[in-house]
Amino acid sequence: MAEAMTAAMSAALLEVQGVSKRFGGFTALDGVDFMVRPGERVGLIGPNGSGKSTLVNCIVGTLRNEEGSIRFEGQDIGGDPAHKRIRRGLARSFQIPKPFASMSVLDNLCVPLLYAGRRHENLAPGRIAEEAMHILEQVGLGEKARAMSGGLTQVDMRKLELARAMAAKPKLLISDEAMAGLSASEVDDILALLSGLKGQGVAVIMIEHVMRAVMKFSERIAVLVAGRKIADGEPQAVVGNPEVVKAYLGE
Amino acid sequence: MSNRVFAVVALAVALALAAVTQLIPNEYFFSAAYTVLLFVILATAWNILGGYTGYVNFGSAAFFAIGAYTTVFFYNAFKAPLPVGIVAGTLVAGLAGLGLGYLTLRLRGVFFAIASLALAVVLYIFIVNWDYVGGARGAYVLQPREIPFGLPRYIHLIYAVQLMMAAFALVVSRVIEKSTLGRGLAAIRDDELAAECSGVPTLKLKIFSTMMSCALMGMAGTTFPYYLSYIEPSSAFSLSYAVNSIAMPLIGGMMSWMGPLIGAVLLGTVQQLVQVTISSAWNLLIVGVLLVLFVTLAPNGIMGWVDAWRRRKGR
Amino acid sequence: MEVSWALLANAIIAGLLLGGFYAAMSVGISISFGMLDVVNIAHPAFIILGSYIAYIVNDQFGFDPIVVSVVVSPLFFLLGMVLYRIYYLCFERRGQESLRGLAFFFGILFITEVALVLIFGVDYRMVSSRYGDVTWRLGEVGFPMRLVVPFLVSMVMVIGVQLFLTHTFFGRAVLAVAQDQLALRLMGVNPVRVKELAFAISIATAGVAGAFLIVIQPVQPAIGREFIGLVFAVCVLGGMGSILGTLLGAFVLGLAESFTSTFFGPSWAPAVSFGLLLATLAFRPSGLLGR
Repeated sequence: MAEAMTAAMSAALLEVQGVSKRFGGFTALDGVDFMVRPGERVGLIGPNGSGKSTLVNCIVGTLRNEEGSIRFEGQDIGGDPAHKRIRRGLARSFQIPKPFASMSVLDNLCVPLLYAGRRHENLAPGRIAEEAMHILEQVGLGEKARAMSGGLTQVDMRKLELARAMAAKPKLLISDEAMAGLSASEVDDILALLSGLKGQGVAVIMIEHVMRAVMKFSERIAVLVAGRKIADGEPQAVVGNPEVVKAYLGE
Repeated sequence: MSNRVFAVVALAVALALAAVTQLIPNEYFFSAAYTVLLFVILATAWNILGGYTGYVNFGSAAFFAIGAYTTVFFYNAFKAPLPVGIVAGTLVAGLAGLGLGYLTLRLRGVFFAIASLALAVVLYIFIVNWDYVGGARGAYVLQPREIPFGLPRYIHLIYAVQLMMAAFALVVSRVIEKSTLGRGLAAIRDDELAAECSGVPTLKLKIFSTMMSCALMGMAGTTFPYYLSYIEPSSAFSLSYAVNSIAMPLIGGMMSWMGPLIGAVLLGTVQQLVQVTISSAWNLLIVGVLLVLFVTLAPNGIMGWVDAWRRRKGR
Repeated sequence: MEVSWALLANAIIAGLLLGGFYAAMSVGISISFGMLDVVNIAHPAFIILGSYIAYIVNDQFGFDPIVVSVVVSPLFFLLGMVLYRIYYLCFERRGQESLRGLAFFFGILFITEVALVLIFGVDYRMVSSRYGDVTWRLGEVGFPMRLVVPFLVSMVMVIGVQLFLTHTFFGRAVLAVAQDQLALRLMGVNPVRVKELAFAISIATAGVAGAFLIVIQPVQPAIGREFIGLVFAVCVLGGMGSILGTLLGAFVLGLAESFTSTFFGPSWAPAVSFGLLLATLAFRPSGLLGR
């Protein structure tokens, strides 16, 4: 049993243990354990203010957790600034799109390619633009490569967010509510996009309120409520969990 | 154009300009041109941090004065010639920028701006109270009697040196703009958090660009004590430097190396003309009004108009 | 150097009196910078403008400068409203406040200073008042009225602002702007409107503080810049956006300046505020009272 545990642990890509985060007197995360295996598709759900975004911020390094450890590929990354974690193979998209507004869509992707993605795939500097174009075509923004990113529509901004995260060539991509406010067909677009990453061996954490998408996408679902993880397992089992039902219906 | 070609062209143009203009008989031309070039360097330097990275430095005068007073110090201490002053002044200003950046760039950008302003005042008071470099009375720096290259007066040499330094500053600015570093800086300017999450080491890049920017500002000041062979704190710390180094890139355009050059040449020349015909106070008023007008009505400056025009033509 | 008790006591009294006045100069920055997140580095320009208006009216009609400043404060209020409108439309709404908004205020600071130089020249200007040359004495300790009167009026103004912010609906809306704009919208309050009025108040306090300044010392256009460090130092030292913190920061700064000029010479005094500001930013950016 113990051996099986360690085997499972060492196989983990991301391993979050006992992570807590407070803002003044408010406890946003309270001893959260969470893990992701290579290539796995995990849904992370929970009501508003349950700590999902805080957890993402702690994993990526834009916030520092006070307690607990965060390991990536077996190494403790808790002390690394965000850009180092990105270079190790983490990437995230932002819930509210944050394009580099003075740059073209293509140049937006060149930034993570130059600063992170290039390290993983040994891209020659001359091939950066080509690779950026390749990713844009994957997400369906190929025709807008030369457009200024500040003027994109909402859907395209979300796609750009994902494309930019993909351009960091991550082993684990965290998608933070990429679908909120989108139409059904647009949700399907993004879902197809994220599902496609599986083929490239990229693990994905999907944070989402659109349950249809989460159920369709996830191999496993974890539920956060008020900063604690109350469930983690097979999608069907988690949705049937009375505690989860209570947390959602009680909202 | 590759960086190397650009550097060669820039230096060749500077050399040619220096050679051709030596024939101009009017002495005043050299002193006016010196001042305009000084602004070209300051504006270009400011833009590396302000335009490329998005951090406002109100302390241009401080770094300029660091360059100038380092020259004075080395002159007083070792009778060091101008080239030593140039190298030392640039280095000391760069180190000061490094220190300021290290201490304040972790905070919100506003705090850096305020700290840079504070640094200018603290340094001013320090220099005023430091007798070794002349204190409030000022200091004399004698121009060497022997002038190389058969030039008629020392101002001709100072002007040529300033021309070379301006070319150098433009080359540095352009190399940074077109490099990976430049893209990282632009990402920081557009959205610092998104930049960090794209793998850009934001703090390191900010500190580096502050250091480069401040070093070049210091370089601009190193020839200043020789210019009038006299220097005093209120001229070295003149508000004019702080305002112009912000106004010129804003008016010319902050997104590329060319904007500050255009802004500095235009605004610098206008000021030289106004200075002769009206007065220097009007001068500063004009700069201030232009600054406010441009920043509210034409936030992308003259280069912004050029870009818009190009885009319209391209369609 | 021999430190006599009288010298020390005088330095403390002068420092506290100055500190009270510094609070009046800085309370506007605590509102605009600390609460509204509008980095108005032109604040000192409005202080100097206030000084000159008090000077003109005093010079022409002999009215008391402080009375004048209170009477003309609505003008500053209006000026503040206009200024915020421009700032909002051109920068805040477009998300360009950090670079261009800052440059805008810098330009305003500069234009005001140069305009004053062009109109009045660079000579120092003074006002005459009934209490200007009077000094109360308590043993060896002097209470110069030119410091005491501005101190008292400053205290009234700062405490008034604090009460206004904590005890009125509008005041609480201003405090909420800093923390939770969504809540404001739910209450049916337009945050832009709140910021506009609060900014106008901050400019009005600057105008009034300008009259205090010219009672305390002669004024010329360029001294405005020296106060940039001072008002921001007080604001940051006290912890952003807290009026009581501002008061504390102002007293600390007043004492520090008074000691510096007593024991090291007045030429070093202006370095104190900027030095303290630099040190605070570098080592304790959350301020004295901050967490």
